Amino acid sequence: MANVEAIEKAQPAAPAADNRVLCFENVSIAFEEPVLKGVSFELHSGKSKILLGAAGTGKTLILKLALGLLKPDSGRIIVLNDEISSMREEDLYEVRRNVGMVFQESALFDSLTVEENVAYRLIEETGKITDEIHEKVLEVLRFVELEKTWPLSPAELSGGMRRRVAIARAIITQPEVLLYDSPTGGLDPVTSNTIIELVVKQRDVYKTSSLLVTHRLQDAFTMASHYFDRDQNKMVPVPPGKTLDVHTTFVILRDGHIIFEGTATELLRSTDPYIREYLS
Amino acid sequence: MPVFSPVEIAKTQVEGVQDYARLAWRSISNLFGHPRYFADTVMQADLIGVGSLPIVVLTGFFTGAVLALQTSNTLEQFGSLSLTGQLVSFSMVRELGPVLTGLMVAGRNASGMASELGSMKVTEQIDAMRAMGVDPTKKLVTPRVIACTVMLFFLSIISDLVGLAGGWTIAFFMLGLDSNQYWTTAYQSLKFGDVFMGLSKPVVFGFLIASIGCFYGLSAKGGTQGVGRATTQAMVAASVLIVVSDLFITKLLMGLIPS
Repeated sequence: MANVEAIEKAQPAAPAADNRVLCFENVSIAFEEPVLKGVSFELHSGKSKILLGAAGTGKTLILKLALGLLKPDSGRIIVLNDEISSMREEDLYEVRRNVGMVFQESALFDSLTVEENVAYRLIEETGKITDEIHEKVLEVLRFVELEKTWPLSPAELSGGMRRRVAIARAIITQPEVLLYDSPTGGLDPVTSNTIIELVVKQRDVYKTSSLLVTHRLQDAFTMASHYFDRDQNKMVPVPPGKTLDVHTTFVILRDGHIIFEGTATELLRSTDPYIREYLS
Repeated sequence: MPVFSPVEIAKTQVEGVQDYARLAWRSISNLFGHPRYFADTVMQADLIGVGSLPIVVLTGFFTGAVLALQTSNTLEQFGSLSLTGQLVSFSMVRELGPVLTGLMVAGRNASGMASELGSMKVTEQIDAMRAMGVDPTKKLVTPRVIACTVMLFFLSIISDLVGLAGGWTIAFFMLGLDSNQYWTTAYQSLKFGDVFMGLSKPVVFGFLIASIGCFYGLSAKGGTQGVGRATTQAMVAASVLIVVSDLFITKLLMGLIPS
């Protein structure tokens, strides 16, 4: 279970109203059944939000809506000052260039090498891998500690390594918003911790705003109770007796609605029976 | 709730046609915007054109040969065996060359495109591409459509030629016809309308093959089973549409360019 003391010391600061990078306003979407019913929340610059909820509650759907991969039936979605819910697909490509996404199963292009995957956005602009792009690829692969894998194909990597390459691909252009779809799903605890460390590193070193979907409460609370120490070059718990802004809040979905939005401390103190059961 | 709803089925079919029309239109309109993926188009041209060459040559040669053999009996009854070259030439250039080449390329490439794009769809690679600001219709569909349309045009010409060579093989070695007579009648009997018809069809067929292959691939859902279904549907739809559109193109061109 989470380190409660560390979590209580790690408090997010109150967000400014005008620096939101992502905003859902009364968003609803249905397929055969309604999945999201009037969901509203905001993500502010430099902050992280963790989406929790049982399977099928629409967590991944929120990420796809935030990228404009799906259109809501009603409501507005604003990403970096653009209302994407009313934009044409052709116009969305420009907005998406400032948003990175790590897919649940990595979604690496299996016919390309790791280097070509990571440099995909940059190759689109230049048409080929230049020396500068190669150096940039090595730099982000070093960030995820996979520098030597650049000539390999995704099939030669383990599941955890593929997730890390997917993170490298998402951050190579330093997008303003990062969306993580269950980045630790199906991985062993050690590899999961490595991935979460990368997420925390990205949050604390580059101050990238992020929306993270996870089923693993342990990962969520690790994010809320740890920070990345540049001196030690690793993720460490917030020291006892010290208050530190970890820029991380939680959102819990149930039956198409947001039933909780707040800090880790507020979550742990919640008396809602469903949340108590969910956390137990 | 009814188990079988004709309205729902009709609605799904109409939506499918609408989605296909939209994709087909975008595959063409993308040519007038940026970016253009020239390297991808050349790579697809190599895969479709050079890759399909062996089956097209084999099919064309043996079709021309069997055509000469089958018709020789009838022609002999009327004492017109010397017209074998003309008959093979007419049939291959106007009809069999483009249609059989189209069917062969559809079997090989419409299914290949559907399975490749379908696999990318079910493993979220298409979504990843869109998420990175790249339009899959520009990157994946337009290069395939252009490459297939251009290459089918040239493959049909090759098929016509080797078909005539197949007919000559039978005419010369089995029917004892003079080589010069065979090639002269084959060449002289062809008019502008015949060649125009023979070269118009592969352009339409090539467009249909690639756009249908890509459409079914990008519509795939339901894991590996869905990819398999998309592959089969793409090949069947492309083959049927080639045969059906062939009738309409023939009728249209016969009206526009009378012999």
